[in-house]
Amino acid sequence: MIAGPGQRTGPGTIAVLAVAAAAVVFLLAPVAIIVIVSFSGADYLSFPPPGLSLRWYRRFLGAAGWRRSLAVSAQVASLTTVFATSLGLAAALALVRGRFRGKGAVYAFLISPMIVPTIITAMGLYFFFARLRMTGSILAMALGHTVLALPVVVIILAATLQGFDRRLELAAWSLGASRLLALRRITLPLIAPGVLSAALFAFLTSFDELLIPLFLSGVEAQTLTVRVWNSLLLEVDPTITAVSSFLIAVTSTVLAASSLLRRPRGAA
Amino acid sequence: MSEVGAVPLAAMPAAAAAERREQWGQLALLLPALLALAALFVYPLLGILFRSVHKTDYTLEFYRHVFRTPVYLTVIWLTFRTAAVVTAICLVIGYPLAYVLARARPRMARLLVIVVVLPFFTSIIVRTYAWMVLLGRNGIVNQYLMDLHLVRAPLALLYNPSGVVIGMTYVLLPFMVLTLASVMRGIDPSLVSAAHSLGASPAQAFRRVYLPLSAPGIAGGALLVFILSLGFFITPALMGGPPDVMIAMLIEREVELTLNWSFASALAVILLVLTLAGYAVYHRVVRLGQLFEGHS
Repeated sequence: MIAGPGQRTGPGTIAVLAVAAAAVVFLLAPVAIIVIVSFSGADYLSFPPPGLSLRWYRRFLGAAGWRRSLAVSAQVASLTTVFATSLGLAAALALVRGRFRGKGAVYAFLISPMIVPTIITAMGLYFFFARLRMTGSILAMALGHTVLALPVVVIILAATLQGFDRRLELAAWSLGASRLLALRRITLPLIAPGVLSAALFAFLTSFDELLIPLFLSGVEAQTLTVRVWNSLLLEVDPTITAVSSFLIAVTSTVLAASSLLRRPRGAA
Repeated sequence: MSEVGAVPLAAMPAAAAAERREQWGQLALLLPALLALAALFVYPLLGILFRSVHKTDYTLEFYRHVFRTPVYLTVIWLTFRTAAVVTAICLVIGYPLAYVLARARPRMARLLVIVVVLPFFTSIIVRTYAWMVLLGRNGIVNQYLMDLHLVRAPLALLYNPSGVVIGMTYVLLPFMVLTLASVMRGIDPSLVSAAHSLGASPAQAFRRVYLPLSAPGIAGGALLVFILSLGFFITPALMGGPPDVMIAMLIEREVELTLNWSFASALAVILLVLTLAGYAVYHRVVRLGQLFEGHS
Protein backbone atom coordinates (compact mmCIF):
# COMPACT_ATOMS: atom_id res chain seq x y z
CA MET A 1 0.00 0.00 0.00
CA ILE A 2 2.70 2.45 0.88
CA ALA A 3 5.66 0.85 -0.86
CA GLY A 4 6.49 2.84 -3.96
CA PRO A 5 7.68 1.31 -7.23
CA GLY A 6 11.05 -0.34 -6.92
CA GLN A 7 10.79 -0.51 -3.13
CA ARG A 8 11.04 -3.77 -1.25
CA THR A 9 8.66 -4.50 1.59
CA GLY A 10 11.45 -4.56 4.13
CA PRO A 11 11.35 -4.94 7.90
CA GLY A 12 11.17 -1.14 8.15
CA THR A 13 7.95 -0.97 6.18
CA ILE A 14 6.41 -3.76 8.23
CA ALA A 15 7.35 -2.00 11.48
CA VAL A 16 5.83 1.26 10.22
CA LEU A 17 2.60 -0.51 9.24
CA ALA A 18 2.44 -2.31 12.58
CA VAL A 19 2.80 0.91 14.60
CA ALA A 20 0.29 2.68 12.36
CA ALA A 21 -2.21 -0.16 12.81
CA ALA A 22 -1.67 -0.06 16.58
CA ALA A 23 -2.26 3.70 16.52
CA VAL A 24 -5.55 3.19 14.65
CA VAL A 25 -6.68 0.68 17.28
CA PHE A 26 -5.55 3.04 20.04
CA LEU A 27 -7.60 5.88 18.53
CA LEU A 28 -10.75 3.91 17.78
CA ALA A 29 -10.99 1.31 20.54
CA PRO A 30 -11.92 3.57 23.49
CA VAL A 31 -14.71 5.30 21.54
CA ALA A 32 -16.01 2.01 20.12
CA ILE A 33 -15.88 0.23 23.48
CA ILE A 34 -17.80 3.00 25.26
CA VAL A 35 -20.56 2.87 22.67
CA ILE A 36 -20.81 -0.92 22.90
CA VAL A 37 -20.71 -0.98 26.70
CA SER A 38 -23.47 1.64 26.84
CA PHE A 39 -25.89 -1.03 25.55
CA SER A 40 -24.85 -3.45 28.28
CA GLY A 41 -27.44 -5.15 30.45
CA ALA A 42 -25.00 -5.77 33.31
CA ASP A 43 -24.67 -3.76 36.51
CA TYR A 44 -20.92 -3.44 36.08
CA LEU A 45 -18.77 -2.36 33.16
CA SER A 46 -17.40 -5.32 31.26
CA PHE A 47 -16.48 -5.92 27.67
CA PRO A 48 -17.98 -7.55 25.74
CA PRO A 49 -21.22 -6.98 27.66
CA PRO A 50 -22.91 -10.19 28.84
CA GLY A 51 -26.29 -9.05 27.54
CA LEU A 52 -27.75 -6.10 25.72
CA SER A 53 -30.30 -3.61 26.99
CA LEU A 54 -31.23 0.04 26.90
CA ARG A 55 -31.26 0.42 30.67
CA TRP A 56 -28.48 3.01 30.80
CA TYR A 57 -30.24 5.09 28.19
CA ARG A 58 -33.42 4.86 30.28
CA ARG A 59 -31.40 5.99 33.31
CA PHE A 60 -30.02 8.89 31.27
CA LEU A 61 -33.19 10.12 29.60
CA GLY A 62 -35.54 9.02 32.38
CA ALA A 63 -33.90 11.13 35.09
CA ALA A 64 -35.18 14.68 35.44
CA GLY A 65 -31.69 15.92 36.33
CA TRP A 66 -30.05 14.59 33.18
CA ARG A 67 -32.91 15.82 31.01
CA ARG A 68 -32.59 19.30 32.50
CA SER A 69 -28.86 19.27 31.77
CA LEU A 70 -29.52 18.20 28.22
CA ALA A 71 -31.88 21.16 27.82
CA VAL A 72 -29.31 23.55 29.32
CA SER A 73 -26.59 22.27 26.98
CA ALA A 74 -28.89 22.58 23.99
CA GLN A 75 -29.85 26.15 24.91
CA VAL A 76 -26.27 27.24 25.55
CA ALA A 77 -25.08 25.63 22.31
CA SER A 78 -27.92 27.11 20.25
CA LEU A 79 -27.28 30.63 21.54
CA THR A 80 -23.55 30.17 20.95
CA THR A 81 -24.26 29.05 17.39
CA VAL A 82 -26.33 32.15 16.67
CA PHE A 83 -23.80 34.54 18.24
CA ALA A 84 -20.65 32.99 16.80
CA THR A 85 -22.04 32.40 13.31
CA SER A 86 -23.44 35.91 12.85
CA LEU A 87 -20.35 37.64 14.28
CA GLY A 88 -18.02 35.30 12.41
CA LEU A 89 -19.79 35.57 9.06
CA ALA A 90 -19.69 39.37 9.11
CA ALA A 91 -16.03 39.37 10.13
CA ALA A 92 -15.07 36.77 7.52
CA LEU A 93 -16.80 38.78 4.77
CA ALA A 94 -14.80 41.86 5.71
CA LEU A 95 -11.56 39.90 6.10
CA VAL A 96 -11.69 38.09 2.78
CA ARG A 97 -13.00 40.97 0.67
CA GLY A 98 -11.59 44.00 2.43
CA ARG A 99 -8.41 45.73 1.37
CA PHE A 100 -7.17 47.41 4.50
CA ARG A 101 -3.93 47.41 6.37
CA GLY A 102 -3.38 45.01 9.26
CA LYS A 103 -5.65 42.30 7.86
CA GLY A 104 -3.30 39.58 9.04
CA ALA A 105 -3.28 41.05 12.54
CA VAL A 106 -7.10 41.21 12.65
CA TYR A 107 -7.33 37.57 11.55
CA ALA A 108 -4.76 36.55 14.16
CA PHE A 109 -6.70 38.45 16.82
CA LEU A 110 -9.99 36.80 15.86
CA ILE A 111 -8.53 33.31 16.18
CA SER A 112 -6.38 34.11 19.23
CA PRO A 113 -8.81 32.50 21.75
CA MET A 114 -7.67 29.18 20.25
CA ILE A 115 -4.18 29.57 21.63
CA VAL A 116 -5.01 30.66 25.18
CA PRO A 117 -5.50 27.68 27.50
CA THR A 118 -9.25 27.36 28.09
CA ILE A 119 -8.76 27.26 31.84
CA ILE A 120 -7.44 30.83 31.69
CA THR A 121 -10.26 32.08 29.46
CA ALA A 122 -12.78 30.37 31.75
CA MET A 123 -11.26 31.92 34.86
CA GLY A 124 -11.20 35.40 33.32
CA LEU A 125 -14.86 35.04 32.33
CA TYR A 126 -15.70 33.86 35.83
CA PHE A 127 -14.22 37.01 37.41
CA PHE A 128 -15.91 39.09 34.70
CA PHE A 129 -19.40 37.62 35.08
CA ALA A 130 -19.13 37.37 38.87
CA ARG A 131 -18.84 41.14 38.99
CA LEU A 132 -21.88 41.47 36.71
CA ARG A 133 -23.73 38.93 38.91
CA MET A 134 -24.38 36.85 35.81
CA THR A 135 -22.75 33.55 36.82
CA GLY A 136 -25.14 30.64 36.63
CA SER A 137 -26.99 32.13 33.69
CA ILE A 138 -27.34 30.45 30.33
CA LEU A 139 -26.51 33.73 28.59
CA ALA A 140 -23.15 33.99 30.37
CA MET A 141 -22.20 30.44 29.39
CA ALA A 142 -23.25 31.08 25.78
CA LEU A 143 -21.24 34.32 25.63
CA GLY A 144 -18.25 32.47 27.03
CA HIS A 145 -18.59 29.74 24.42
CA THR A 146 -18.93 32.36 21.70
CA VAL A 147 -15.32 33.34 22.46
CA LEU A 148 -14.22 29.75 21.79
CA ALA A 149 -16.50 29.15 18.79
CA LEU A 150 -15.74 32.42 16.97
CA PRO A 151 -12.25 31.32 15.79
CA VAL A 152 -13.69 28.06 14.43
CA VAL A 153 -16.39 29.94 12.50
CA VAL A 154 -13.94 32.55 11.16
CA ILE A 155 -11.48 29.89 9.95
CA ILE A 156 -14.17 27.82 8.19
CA LEU A 157 -15.90 30.83 6.63
CA ALA A 158 -12.68 32.56 5.54
CA ALA A 159 -11.78 29.37 3.69
CA THR A 160 -15.29 29.13 2.20
CA LEU A 161 -15.27 32.74 1.01
CA GLN A 162 -11.82 32.40 -0.50
CA GLY A 163 -13.22 29.68 -2.73
CA PHE A 164 -16.18 31.82 -3.79
CA ASP A 165 -16.02 33.36 -7.25
CA ARG A 166 -16.48 37.06 -6.61
CA ARG A 167 -17.28 37.71 -10.30
CA LEU A 168 -20.75 36.24 -9.75
CA GLU A 169 -21.50 39.05 -7.33
CA LEU A 170 -19.95 41.68 -9.59
CA ALA A 171 -22.14 40.36 -12.42
CA ALA A 172 -25.23 40.86 -10.25
CA TRP A 173 -24.14 44.44 -9.48
CA SER A 174 -23.58 45.17 -13.14
CA LEU A 175 -27.08 43.89 -13.89
CA GLY A 176 -28.43 46.48 -11.46
CA ALA A 177 -28.72 44.55 -8.23
CA SER A 178 -28.01 46.52 -5.06
CA ARG A 179 -25.24 45.39 -2.71
CA LEU A 180 -27.75 43.91 -0.30
CA LEU A 181 -29.78 42.17 -2.99
CA ALA A 182 -26.65 40.62 -4.52
CA LEU A 183 -25.52 39.45 -1.09
CA ARG A 184 -28.91 37.93 -0.33
CA ARG A 185 -29.68 36.36 -3.69
CA ILE A 186 -26.23 35.40 -5.01
CA THR A 187 -23.56 35.25 -2.31
CA LEU A 188 -25.41 33.82 0.67
CA PRO A 189 -27.08 30.94 -1.22
CA LEU A 190 -23.72 29.98 -2.71
CA ILE A 191 -21.83 30.03 0.58
CA ALA A 192 -24.75 28.54 2.55
CA PRO A 193 -23.13 25.09 2.87
CA GLY A 194 -20.04 26.69 4.41
CA VAL A 195 -22.13 28.81 6.78
CA LEU A 196 -24.15 25.78 7.87
CA SER A 197 -21.00 23.77 8.41
CA ALA A 198 -19.50 26.61 10.48
CA ALA A 199 -22.71 26.78 12.52
CA LEU A 200 -22.56 23.03 13.18
CA PHE A 201 -19.00 23.26 14.45
CA ALA A 202 -19.92 26.25 16.62
CA PHE A 203 -22.71 24.15 18.14
CA LEU A 204 -20.36 21.24 18.71
CA THR A 205 -17.69 23.47 20.25
CA SER A 206 -20.18 24.60 22.87
CA PHE A 207 -22.00 21.31 23.38
CA ASP A 208 -18.77 19.38 24.10
CA GLU A 209 -17.01 21.99 26.22
CA LEU A 210 -16.64 21.60 29.97
CA LEU A 211 -14.40 24.29 31.44
CA ILE A 212 -16.43 27.43 30.81
CA PRO A 213 -19.68 26.01 32.20
CA LEU A 214 -17.67 24.44 35.03
CA PHE A 215 -16.66 27.92 36.16
CA LEU A 216 -19.85 29.72 35.17
CA SER A 217 -22.68 27.31 35.91
CA GLY A 218 -24.49 27.50 39.19
CA VAL A 219 -26.33 24.74 41.00
CA GLU A 220 -29.39 24.96 38.77
CA ALA A 221 -28.15 25.38 35.21
CA GLN A 222 -25.64 22.57 34.76
CA THR A 223 -24.66 21.52 31.26
CA LEU A 224 -24.37 17.87 30.30
CA THR A 225 -20.57 18.04 30.48
CA VAL A 226 -20.60 19.59 33.95
CA ARG A 227 -22.96 16.87 35.16
CA VAL A 228 -20.68 14.19 33.71
CA TRP A 229 -17.72 15.86 35.43
CA ASN A 230 -19.49 15.96 38.80
CA SER A 231 -20.50 12.34 38.61
CA LEU A 232 -16.99 11.24 37.53
CA LEU A 233 -15.48 12.84 40.61
CA LEU A 234 -17.57 10.47 42.71
CA GLU A 235 -17.63 7.12 40.91
CA VAL A 236 -17.62 5.39 37.54
CA ASP A 237 -21.39 5.28 36.95
CA PRO A 238 -22.43 3.19 33.89
CA THR A 239 -25.08 5.81 33.03
CA ILE A 240 -22.18 7.95 31.81
CA THR A 241 -21.56 5.41 29.03
CA ALA A 242 -25.00 6.28 27.63
CA VAL A 243 -24.38 10.03 28.02
CA SER A 244 -20.97 9.63 26.37
CA SER A 245 -22.40 7.63 23.48
CA PHE A 246 -24.98 10.34 23.00
CA LEU A 247 -22.22 12.97 22.81
CA ILE A 248 -20.23 10.78 20.39
CA ALA A 249 -23.37 10.48 18.24
CA VAL A 250 -23.74 14.28 18.17
CA THR A 251 -20.09 14.62 17.09
CA SER A 252 -20.48 11.98 14.38
CA THR A 253 -23.63 13.64 13.07
CA VAL A 254 -21.93 17.02 12.85
CA LEU A 255 -18.89 15.55 11.08
CA ALA A 256 -21.03 13.57 8.63
CA ALA A 257 -23.30 16.54 7.89
CA SER A 258 -20.40 18.91 7.33
CA SER A 259 -18.63 16.49 5.01
CA LEU A 260 -21.85 16.13 2.99
CA LEU A 261 -22.15 19.92 2.86
CA ARG A 262 -18.63 20.26 1.55
CA ARG A 263 -19.10 17.79 -1.25
CA PRO A 264 -19.25 19.71 -4.56
CA ARG A 265 -22.84 19.99 -5.68
CA GLY A 266 -23.93 18.21 -8.83
CA ALA A 267 -26.84 19.54 -10.82
CA ALA A 268 -27.87 22.32 -8.43
CA MET B 1 -10.72 46.03 -8.30
CA SER B 2 -10.72 45.77 -12.08
CA GLU B 3 -13.63 48.19 -12.63
CA VAL B 4 -11.64 51.10 -11.16
CA GLY B 5 -9.14 50.90 -14.03
CA ALA B 6 -11.87 51.50 -16.58
CA VAL B 7 -13.30 54.59 -14.89
CA PRO B 8 -12.52 57.87 -16.72
CA LEU B 9 -10.29 60.32 -14.86
CA ALA B 10 -13.08 62.81 -14.20
CA ALA B 11 -14.92 60.21 -12.14
CA MET B 12 -11.96 59.44 -9.88
CA PRO B 13 -13.06 61.48 -6.84
CA ALA B 14 -16.36 59.63 -6.91
CA ALA B 15 -14.53 56.33 -7.13
CA ALA B 16 -12.34 57.30 -4.19
CA ALA B 17 -15.43 58.18 -2.20
CA ALA B 18 -16.99 54.82 -3.06
CA GLU B 19 -13.76 53.18 -2.01
CA ARG B 20 -13.87 54.95 1.33
CA ARG B 21 -17.51 53.99 1.82
CA GLU B 22 -16.57 50.41 1.11
CA GLN B 23 -13.83 50.54 3.74
CA TRP B 24 -16.23 51.92 6.33
CA GLY B 25 -18.64 49.15 5.41
CA GLN B 26 -15.95 46.57 6.07
CA LEU B 27 -15.11 48.11 9.41
CA ALA B 28 -18.80 47.95 10.32
CA LEU B 29 -18.80 44.24 9.47
CA LEU B 30 -15.71 43.60 11.59
CA LEU B 31 -16.70 45.71 14.53
CA PRO B 32 -19.22 43.39 16.25
CA ALA B 33 -16.76 40.50 16.36
CA LEU B 34 -13.90 42.76 17.50
CA LEU B 35 -16.02 44.33 20.24
CA ALA B 36 -17.28 40.95 21.43
CA LEU B 37 -13.72 39.63 21.74
CA ALA B 38 -12.55 42.83 23.38
CA ALA B 39 -15.25 42.60 26.06
CA LEU B 40 -15.36 38.84 26.59
CA PHE B 41 -11.76 37.85 25.98
CA VAL B 42 -9.24 40.71 26.14
CA TYR B 43 -10.86 42.54 29.06
CA PRO B 44 -11.13 39.40 31.23
CA LEU B 45 -7.49 38.52 30.45
CA LEU B 46 -6.41 42.03 31.42
CA GLY B 47 -8.46 41.55 34.58
CA ILE B 48 -6.40 38.46 35.42
CA LEU B 49 -3.17 40.34 34.70
CA PHE B 50 -4.26 43.24 36.92
CA ARG B 51 -5.38 40.97 39.74
CA SER B 52 -2.01 39.19 39.67
CA VAL B 53 -0.08 42.38 40.43
CA HIS B 54 -2.61 44.34 42.47
CA LYS B 55 -4.49 43.71 45.67
CA THR B 56 -4.74 46.88 47.71
CA ASP B 57 -1.68 48.24 45.97
CA TYR B 58 0.66 47.11 43.22
CA THR B 59 2.69 44.15 44.38
CA LEU B 60 4.70 41.23 43.04
CA GLU B 61 4.13 39.12 46.15
CA PHE B 62 1.95 36.57 44.34
CA TYR B 63 4.67 35.85 41.79
CA ARG B 64 7.27 35.72 44.54
CA HIS B 65 5.04 33.27 46.36
CA VAL B 66 4.99 30.95 43.32
CA PHE B 67 8.74 31.01 42.83
CA ARG B 68 9.60 30.70 46.52
CA THR B 69 7.33 27.79 47.39
CA PRO B 70 8.90 24.42 46.54
CA VAL B 71 5.49 22.75 46.08
CA TYR B 72 4.55 25.12 43.28
CA LEU B 73 7.91 24.77 41.57
CA THR B 74 7.38 21.02 41.72
CA VAL B 75 4.00 21.44 40.04
CA ILE B 76 5.58 23.50 37.25
CA TRP B 77 8.34 20.93 36.85
CA LEU B 78 5.78 18.07 36.79
CA THR B 79 3.77 19.93 34.16
CA PHE B 80 6.82 20.30 31.93
CA ARG B 81 7.86 16.68 32.46
CA THR B 82 4.38 15.35 31.66
CA ALA B 83 4.19 17.55 28.56
CA ALA B 84 7.58 16.28 27.37
CA VAL B 85 6.71 12.62 27.90
CA VAL B 86 3.32 13.00 26.18
CA THR B 87 4.96 14.82 23.25
CA ALA B 88 7.57 12.11 22.80
CA ILE B 89 5.01 9.29 22.85
CA CYS B 90 2.69 11.15 20.46
CA LEU B 91 5.60 11.57 18.05
CA VAL B 92 6.63 7.91 18.20
CA ILE B 93 3.06 6.65 17.64
CA GLY B 94 1.95 9.48 15.38
CA TYR B 95 4.83 9.55 12.89
CA PRO B 96 4.19 6.10 11.35
CA LEU B 97 0.42 6.71 11.22
CA ALA B 98 0.91 10.10 9.55
CA TYR B 99 3.36 8.51 7.09
CA VAL B 100 0.82 5.83 6.11
CA LEU B 101 -1.93 8.46 5.95
CA ALA B 102 0.12 10.72 3.66
CA ARG B 103 1.06 7.95 1.24
CA ALA B 104 -2.16 5.90 1.22
CA ARG B 105 -4.49 5.84 -1.78
CA PRO B 106 -7.32 8.41 -1.60
CA ARG B 107 -10.00 6.01 -0.34
CA MET B 108 -7.76 4.59 2.40
CA ALA B 109 -6.52 8.07 3.29
CA ARG B 110 -10.10 9.30 3.74
CA LEU B 111 -10.83 6.38 6.04
CA LEU B 112 -7.73 7.09 8.13
CA VAL B 113 -8.62 10.79 8.36
CA ILE B 114 -12.00 9.78 9.81
CA VAL B 115 -10.24 7.54 12.34
CA VAL B 116 -8.14 10.52 13.46
CA VAL B 117 -10.82 13.20 13.25
CA LEU B 118 -13.66 11.41 15.07
CA PRO B 119 -11.80 11.28 18.40
CA PHE B 120 -10.37 14.74 17.66
CA PHE B 121 -13.85 16.29 17.72
CA THR B 122 -15.23 14.13 20.52
CA SER B 123 -15.60 15.90 23.86
CA ILE B 124 -12.43 15.67 25.96
CA ILE B 125 -14.42 14.58 28.98
CA VAL B 126 -15.93 11.69 27.00
CA ARG B 127 -12.51 10.61 25.77
CA THR B 128 -11.11 10.78 29.29
CA TYR B 129 -14.04 8.82 30.69
CA ALA B 130 -13.52 6.11 28.06
CA TRP B 131 -9.99 5.56 29.36
CA MET B 132 -11.18 5.56 32.96
CA VAL B 133 -13.53 2.70 32.06
CA LEU B 134 -10.67 0.87 30.36
CA LEU B 135 -7.93 1.45 32.94
CA GLY B 136 -9.74 1.34 36.27
CA ARG B 137 -8.94 -1.21 38.98
CA ASN B 138 -11.88 -3.31 37.85
CA GLY B 139 -11.66 -1.84 34.38
CA ILE B 140 -11.75 -3.67 31.09
CA VAL B 141 -7.97 -3.88 30.62
CA ASN B 142 -7.50 -5.39 34.07
CA GLN B 143 -10.40 -7.81 33.51
CA TYR B 144 -8.62 -9.12 30.40
CA LEU B 145 -5.22 -9.30 32.08
CA MET B 146 -6.73 -11.27 34.98
CA ASP B 147 -8.76 -13.57 32.74
CA LEU B 148 -5.68 -14.36 30.68
CA HIS B 149 -3.73 -14.93 33.95
CA LEU B 150 -1.12 -12.42 32.86
CA VAL B 151 -1.26 -10.71 36.24
CA ARG B 152 -2.31 -11.95 39.68
CA ALA B 153 -3.63 -8.68 41.03
CA PRO B 154 -5.13 -5.79 39.07
CA LEU B 155 -2.52 -3.32 37.83
CA ALA B 156 -2.67 0.28 39.01
CA LEU B 157 -3.18 2.00 35.65
CA LEU B 158 -5.39 4.86 36.78
CA TYR B 159 -4.96 7.64 39.35
CA ASN B 160 -1.19 7.76 38.80
CA PRO B 161 1.24 9.38 36.32
CA SER B 162 0.88 6.59 33.75
CA GLY B 163 -2.89 7.13 33.65
CA VAL B 164 -2.33 10.84 33.01
CA VAL B 165 0.16 10.13 30.22
CA ILE B 166 -2.09 7.54 28.51
CA GLY B 167 -5.12 9.84 28.65
CA MET B 168 -3.28 12.94 27.45
CA THR B 169 -1.55 11.02 24.66
CA TYR B 170 -4.96 9.85 23.49
CA VAL B 171 -6.42 13.35 23.47
CA LEU B 172 -3.42 14.97 21.78
CA LEU B 173 -2.38 12.32 19.25
CA PRO B 174 -4.72 13.66 16.51
CA PHE B 175 -2.99 17.08 16.66
CA MET B 176 0.36 15.38 16.07
CA VAL B 177 -0.91 13.15 13.24
CA LEU B 178 -2.73 15.95 11.40
CA THR B 179 0.25 18.32 11.61
CA LEU B 180 2.71 15.65 10.45
CA ALA B 181 0.46 14.42 7.65
CA SER B 182 -0.06 17.92 6.25
CA VAL B 183 3.73 18.31 5.90
CA MET B 184 4.27 14.75 4.63
CA ARG B 185 1.65 15.18 1.89
CA GLY B 186 3.88 17.85 0.40
CA ILE B 187 6.92 15.55 0.20
CA ASP B 188 7.54 14.28 -3.33
CA PRO B 189 7.78 10.44 -3.14
CA SER B 190 10.05 10.42 -6.17
CA LEU B 191 12.80 11.95 -4.01
CA VAL B 192 12.89 8.77 -1.94
CA SER B 193 12.77 6.66 -5.10
CA ALA B 194 15.68 8.68 -6.46
CA ALA B 195 17.68 7.91 -3.32
CA HIS B 196 16.91 4.21 -3.79
CA SER B 197 17.96 4.24 -7.41
CA LEU B 198 21.22 5.88 -6.37
CA GLY B 199 21.88 2.90 -4.11
CA ALA B 200 20.60 4.04 -0.73
CA SER B 201 19.16 1.37 1.57
CA PRO B 202 15.58 1.97 2.83
CA ALA B 203 16.98 3.07 6.19
CA GLN B 204 19.46 5.45 4.56
CA ALA B 205 16.84 6.88 2.21
CA PHE B 206 14.57 7.51 5.18
CA ARG B 207 17.22 9.05 7.40
CA ARG B 208 18.91 11.19 4.76
CA VAL B 209 15.93 12.20 2.60
CA TYR B 210 12.48 11.67 4.13
CA LEU B 211 13.25 12.51 7.75
CA PRO B 212 14.84 15.91 7.02
CA LEU B 213 11.96 16.78 4.66
CA SER B 214 9.40 15.94 7.34
CA ALA B 215 11.30 17.88 10.03
CA PRO B 216 8.96 20.94 9.90
CA GLY B 217 6.06 18.60 10.67
CA ILE B 218 7.94 17.04 13.56
CA ALA B 219 8.81 20.44 15.00
CA GLY B 220 5.30 21.83 14.45
CA GLY B 221 3.48 18.79 15.80
CA ALA B 222 5.76 18.39 18.80
CA LEU B 223 5.53 22.07 19.72
CA LEU B 224 1.75 22.07 19.36
CA VAL B 225 1.30 18.97 21.53
CA PHE B 226 3.75 20.30 24.10
CA ILE B 227 2.05 23.70 24.33
CA LEU B 228 -1.42 22.18 24.58
CA SER B 229 -0.17 19.77 27.26
CA LEU B 230 0.99 22.64 29.45
CA GLY B 231 -2.57 23.95 29.85
CA PHE B 232 -4.27 20.58 30.29
CA PHE B 233 -6.82 20.28 33.04
CA ILE B 234 -9.62 17.74 32.52
CA THR B 235 -7.56 14.63 31.79
CA PRO B 236 -4.93 14.98 34.54
CA ALA B 237 -7.61 16.02 37.05
CA LEU B 238 -9.65 12.87 36.40
CA MET B 239 -6.92 10.34 35.63
CA GLY B 240 -4.14 11.45 37.98
CA GLY B 241 -3.59 10.61 41.63
CA PRO B 242 -3.41 13.19 44.42
CA PRO B 243 0.27 14.07 43.76
CA ASP B 244 -0.17 14.39 39.97
CA VAL B 245 -0.99 18.08 39.94
CA MET B 246 -0.46 20.22 36.86
CA ILE B 247 -0.49 24.03 36.64
CA ALA B 248 -4.05 24.25 35.31
CA MET B 249 -5.34 22.08 38.18
CA LEU B 250 -3.59 24.31 40.69
CA ILE B 251 -5.29 27.34 39.11
CA GLU B 252 -8.73 25.72 39.35
CA ARG B 253 -8.18 24.77 42.99
CA GLU B 254 -7.09 28.27 43.95
CA VAL B 255 -10.19 29.74 42.30
CA GLU B 256 -12.78 27.22 43.48
CA LEU B 257 -11.49 25.97 46.81
CA THR B 258 -9.05 28.38 48.43
CA LEU B 259 -10.63 31.42 46.76
CA ASN B 260 -7.17 32.91 46.41
CA TRP B 261 -7.92 34.76 43.18
CA SER B 262 -4.75 36.86 43.16
CA PHE B 263 -2.51 33.85 43.46
CA ALA B 264 -4.57 31.96 40.86
CA SER B 265 -4.17 34.97 38.56
CA ALA B 266 -0.38 34.96 38.97
CA LEU B 267 -0.32 31.26 38.09
CA ALA B 268 -2.54 31.91 35.07
CA VAL B 269 -0.24 34.67 33.84
CA ILE B 270 2.76 32.35 34.17
CA LEU B 271 0.93 29.62 32.21
CA LEU B 272 -0.14 32.16 29.59
CA VAL B 273 3.40 33.49 29.14
CA LEU B 274 4.76 29.95 28.73
CA THR B 275 2.03 29.16 26.19
CA LEU B 276 2.56 32.34 24.18
CA ALA B 277 6.31 31.79 24.14
CA GLY B 278 5.64 28.33 22.76
CA TYR B 279 3.37 29.69 20.04
CA ALA B 280 5.92 32.33 19.07
CA VAL B 281 8.30 29.49 18.25
CA TYR B 282 5.51 27.44 16.66
CA HIS B 283 4.50 30.32 14.42
CA ARG B 284 7.88 30.21 12.74
CA VAL B 285 7.38 26.55 11.88
CA VAL B 286 3.72 26.16 10.92
CA ARG B 287 1.30 28.94 10.11
CA LEU B 288 -1.42 29.14 12.75
CA GLY B 289 -4.75 27.78 11.66
CA GLN B 290 -3.34 25.65 8.88
CA LEU B 291 -4.29 22.57 10.84
CA PHE B 292 -7.97 23.49 10.87
CA GLU B 293 -8.16 24.75 7.32
CA GLY B 294 -6.89 21.48 5.96
CA HIS B 295 -9.16 19.07 7.76
CA SER B 296 -12.17 20.40 9.54
